[in-house]
Amino acid sequence: MKLILVKLHQLNSRKNKLKFSVTVTLKKDVLDPQGKVVQQTLQNMGMKTLKGLRQGKYFEIDIEEKEEITAKKKIEEMCKKLLINLIIEDYKINKI
Amino acid sequence: MKISDKIVEKHGLKTDEFLKIKTLLKREPNLLELGIFSAMWNEHCSYKSSKIHLKKLPTKNKNVIQGPGENAGVIDIGDDDAIIFKIESHNHPSFIEPYQGAATGVGGILRDVFTMGARPIALLNSIHFGSPDHKKTRNLLNGVVSGIGGYGNCIGVPTVAGETKFNSTYNENILVNAMAVGHAKKDKIFYSKAKGLNKSVVYVGSKTGRDGIHGASMASAEFDENSEEKKPTVQVGDPFTEKLLMEACLELMKDNSIISIQDMGAAGLTSSSVEMAYKGDLGLEIDLSKVPCREENMTPYEMMLSESQERMLIILEDNKEEKAKKIFDKWDLDFVVIGKTTSTKNLVLNFKENKVAEIPIDALSSKAPLYDRKWLKSKLPKKNTKIKDLKKVSLEESFLKILSSPNNSNKKWITDQYDQMVMCDTAQRSGSDAAIIRIHNKEKAIAVTVDSSANYCKSHPLTGGKQIVCESWRNLICAGSKPIAITNCLNFGNPENPEIMGEFAECVQGIKESCEFLNFPVVSGNVSFYNGTNNKNIFPTPVIGGVGLIKNLKKTLNHNFQREKSIILLVGKTFGHLGQSVFLQEIHSITDGPPPDINLTNEKNNGEAVLKIIEKNLINSAHDVSSGGLILTLAEMAIHSKIGIKISKPKKLSNIFEYFFGEDQGRYVIEINQDKLTLVEKILKENNVFYEQIGVTQKNNFELTGEFKLDLLDLYNINNQWYYKY
Amino acid sequence: MNSSVIVFPGSNCDRDIANALERFQFKNKMVWHKETTLPKSDIIVIPGGFSYGDYLRSGAIAAKSNILNEVIKAANSGCLVLGICNGFQILIETGLLKGTLLRNKKLKFLSKDTHVKIINNNNKFCKNYQTNSVIKLNIAHNEGNYFTSASHLEELKSKDLIAFKYCDDKGNLNDESNPNGSIDNIAGILNEKKNILGMMPHPERMVDKLISSDDGANLFLSILN
Repeated sequence: MKLILVKLHQLNSRKNKLKFSVTVTLKKDVLDPQGKVVQQTLQNMGMKTLKGLRQGKYFEIDIEEKEEITAKKKIEEMCKKLLINLIIEDYKINKI
Repeated sequence: MKISDKIVEKHGLKTDEFLKIKTLLKREPNLLELGIFSAMWNEHCSYKSSKIHLKKLPTKNKNVIQGPGENAGVIDIGDDDAIIFKIESHNHPSFIEPYQGAATGVGGILRDVFTMGARPIALLNSIHFGSPDHKKTRNLLNGVVSGIGGYGNCIGVPTVAGETKFNSTYNENILVNAMAVGHAKKDKIFYSKAKGLNKSVVYVGSKTGRDGIHGASMASAEFDENSEEKKPTVQVGDPFTEKLLMEACLELMKDNSIISIQDMGAAGLTSSSVEMAYKGDLGLEIDLSKVPCREENMTPYEMMLSESQERMLIILEDNKEEKAKKIFDKWDLDFVVIGKTTSTKNLVLNFKENKVAEIPIDALSSKAPLYDRKWLKSKLPKKNTKIKDLKKVSLEESFLKILSSPNNSNKKWITDQYDQMVMCDTAQRSGSDAAIIRIHNKEKAIAVTVDSSANYCKSHPLTGGKQIVCESWRNLICAGSKPIAITNCLNFGNPENPEIMGEFAECVQGIKESCEFLNFPVVSGNVSFYNGTNNKNIFPTPVIGGVGLIKNLKKTLNHNFQREKSIILLVGKTFGHLGQSVFLQEIHSITDGPPPDINLTNEKNNGEAVLKIIEKNLINSAHDVSSGGLILTLAEMAIHSKIGIKISKPKKLSNIFEYFFGEDQGRYVIEINQDKLTLVEKILKENNVFYEQIGVTQKNNFELTGEFKLDLLDLYNINNQWYYKY
Repeated sequence: MNSSVIVFPGSNCDRDIANALERFQFKNKMVWHKETTLPKSDIIVIPGGFSYGDYLRSGAIAAKSNILNEVIKAANSGCLVLGICNGFQILIETGLLKGTLLRNKKLKFLSKDTHVKIINNNNKFCKNYQTNSVIKLNIAHNEGNYFTSASHLEELKSKDLIAFKYCDDKGNLNDESNPNGSIDNIAGILNEKKNILGMMPHPERMVDKLISSDDGANLFLSILN
């Protein structure tokens, strides 16, 4: 009985470990000085068909929550409180 | 599209202002024209509430080449050399997005200087935050300092001096004032006045995006709870592009291709085109289809009001286009002829073969509203506090508490983030009364400083205005320079409030009186109104940026004690004035009372005597006595130099707290060698200057005879920890 | 002696190093990054600054400039190459020097005077300095934290390729004296042939006693020697 309970607990623990990605991009109308220069450089290196490039950030987050909805809510909170500069950035949360 | 009342209001215009527009145009404006009026008629561009008072300021002396009215002020420092400088605010954007707000503030002020042909040689800043325990302060401090460093370091101009203050008055309205100083040849100064008909109007720099549309209007509107929604108006700075723009402009300025040039700052293409045309008494016709755009489908409205950074407008001589374009191509910048000068005296805008706007230039500039707003005079507060009635405190404890307080702690945490040595001419870095920048390849140098005293100004604006100019003057003298001129950034609350307008009028009056008496005119400046949230206005905060000249820099002078066994003289009389002092505020939480009185005769006399002594090479170090009083002044000299002092208790002493913490003005602490005492005393006596010997320097200890003996290393630690802990 | 200073968009210590070189009587030429040939040079300097704004990675974009192919050719045929600060970052990105330069350990831009110890003076850049002597140089950078693999670090040590290390005013090499977290307090390294030196501190800022000090002078004098 104990063994089954332990195994169940382990199973549940694994179920509680969720992984999300957060992709951060600059808002549409905001200037992206880095993207501009990197694009120019690639074009100068011969990539003539390159028409646009914007630079962003990517986070991979491991979180232990029972439900996906709660987990996503917590990630949203992380984004709003720290990860994202809401003035000039947008973000997308995806479950991995 | 019918212009409704709501649309007028959203554009920050009052009903009577809108009526005036209709009268001037002799018709209703279209939306684009309304937008242009709203940008040019707001406080930031038109100075409508402040002009009437600013006119009083003295703006000339024999060294002034160009006073207010151009992109920056210009002074003559001899041998064909000119110094061009100005200070500007970027308060509202910095509160919303501190890094970018501060960064673009630096970018904007740099452009104001190099647009006149000067290579920028120094950056300074005056930043004010709310109380350290206010929830937003930490983040704002971090963001602003990073932004200033991020922009200044990248463009390669040393950030050499500044001030950082904390006061709950700025809780919801921080102040970020950036100052730039540049060097040019006297015969190669460029102005913004358009000249000649049918001359090409050229757009250079970054492409235009939707950044900051209505930023100028935002700067003139107080914040309320919905300020967060104003977010999309923050511009993002690109210091790399600015560096390219600066080099390209300076390269083009080597010959006579440029007739006039202006940077696109607040209200972007609108303000630059109107100002150039107005000054030249000409018209301008622009084809907006030619404006390089970063985003798709931009409308004329967006193009005219965009505040995208790193752009300039140039009026070129005939036949210089090809040569100029080559330079801008080399630096990978856009260069497009977008219009021409005309004789119509109108601003005519075309877009895709249609005329989309036509406005008389003077309607946007000289005919802009000018207000003589009602204002209330301030009474000099009565001195309510008697020292004997205050709770008993220990002198040593009070001193240490002030030494470790946020406003008096060492700012190394901040200045370590700024490159001070790039360009290799920074002879005296931050940490002293003024920074010293050598003029490249020459023997002369300039001293630069930035100062403010919001508490004094709040308590009695007239005295505060007078005081802050004197402090700037003293700081420049302590660097061994002859003060030449100032730039000022006047940060105030809502001018429609008579009390605030009174603070402005009286601060300006105070500044005028000191400037006139000391022959220290105002050559440039900026006014920032509406620094307030929900009807709570900030303390009046005029910020003064001063520049002085050192004819021959043999040795830099700062406020570090140089050797042991030197004599320390206190120049100027001490009355022990504690009103509005750091001591009363920090130790007793008393914020009422009058500020210290200003005696301009003594200021001039004492300063000139100290400068004479410096010029005769009789001084080891010098420091002016300001906030915190004598004891803090002495501590700063000792801690930085690691040389201590034995201060003797003054003979005629009424109260030791009044003596050491009093903030009487017009005083200097100077360190001189024993063998120079007679000569120094002779100069002081000849100039009728009151002085007293207060101590001698010594190894290791900061000692007040009979009171305390403190280890310098301990004092250093106490003074250096606040920022790191915060 | 002939020197060339490569100028990239965003380089801002180019004029400073040119002034220093001219002070020591080098015949200096400024070379714009778009040029395809180098003038005859005994030493090529890649100056400090923010080439391309430090966008993407410091020095990454400058490293792709055509002119650097010429610099690599020159380096391979024994020409002296000096990379200062951003120049060091660019040399790393081109592969002329091994290792990587990471963000400062305290994550902030750091500008101050630091002490630096001469570790090996048996190279053309340091021979006028005495080994183990302590000098004061100025640093100003965001990404000066040198890091490399254990095997390369071994190679640097065994082949005397470490030129400078951060130290305190008494010459002690420790954590307190390390401003940016560089592995082993490394402030400057050489390539195997010892004709390329990359260093984070700015020697050109320490050649004028009126402004700072002249501890940087010996570097230029060593090269001239």
